[in-house]
Amino acid sequence: MTGTSEARDGRIGNWKVGVVTSIRRESASGRSITIDVPGWGGNIAGQHTDVRLTAQNGYTAVRSYSVASAGVGDRIELAVDRLPTGEVSPYLVDTLREGDELELRGPLGGWFVWTPQQAESVQLIGGGSGIVPLMAMIRSHEASGSATPFRLLYSVRTPLDAFFRAELESPSANLEVTWIFTRRAPSGCSRPAGRITAADLEAHGFPAALSPTVFVCGPTGFVETVATALVALGHEPNRVKTERFGGA
Amino acid sequence: MVEHIDGNALAGPLSDLFTFDPTTASARCAGCGDVAVLARAMVYGEPDTFVVRCANCDDVLMTIVQAPDRFCIELRGMTWLKIPR
Repeated sequence: MTGTSEARDGRIGNWKVGVVTSIRRESASGRSITIDVPGWGGNIAGQHTDVRLTAQNGYTAVRSYSVASAGVGDRIELAVDRLPTGEVSPYLVDTLREGDELELRGPLGGWFVWTPQQAESVQLIGGGSGIVPLMAMIRSHEASGSATPFRLLYSVRTPLDAFFRAELESPSANLEVTWIFTRRAPSGCSRPAGRITAADLEAHGFPAALSPTVFVCGPTGFVETVATALVALGHEPNRVKTERFGGA
Repeated sequence: MVEHIDGNALAGPLSDLFTFDPTTASARCAGCGDVAVLARAMVYGEPDTFVVRCANCDDVLMTIVQAPDRFCIELRGMTWLKIPR
């Protein structure tokens, strides 16, 4: 019976206690949080974790957050944007401090993932904090030395809203980054501010004829607009993977 | 209008019950016969209740209710579930 109980103890669904090791500001409303989670055991790029907060009266709230890091080991990085009406994100962005404990379970989800064994071209399209799982793919791509071409279209309100800005402004040789600013573009940017369109996808994305794998992550409306436009441009629906996080 | 998300969100809640990854499991919709991985399904009503709908015809595939003392899962909307191993 020992085997059975060990298997249960090792379940992905078990809650683990992590300790926050560092916090970095990403934007006015977002920050990245590095956490040591004993028993995490590494994750594939694109996976997520559930975070559980428990109030003193026992009330609990659970929310999912994508992991911005990938690879082996028990240290993970999350990046969280504050949703003004949220129950969990304001705590993570405004209150959580280094040394605090956090309950997590995961790594979760094996579908919206990229592994270095994949040889086809990869198109990443992120809206707002939808960049987070895509960032894990970018980091995994770079760390593995994969020669597969990557392209990223990253839509943010203004330059100040961008997560991982420094990292994305000096991309590796096999990554091409295109910024889409929806409310205010920096001076010198030829594209006027505005939401992403099929023309942006056509101008900066890999063409459908190349059969890239496409990962789209962001608010529900963003994801559905982009996915519909991609299929209209000839992308095979099964090659377009989407992850919606709602909330905006 | 209630904003929906997608089946990627089922991975955590269902990990309490199952050892398989629901996002890569494919289901056949009892309504229209479409076969898709659960990650592609539309999900309404989180965080404690999940109504999982077929992305093709919008019929309900499954409903999951998480109460403090129990889980309730209704699976009438799918003919079968195929789980990779």
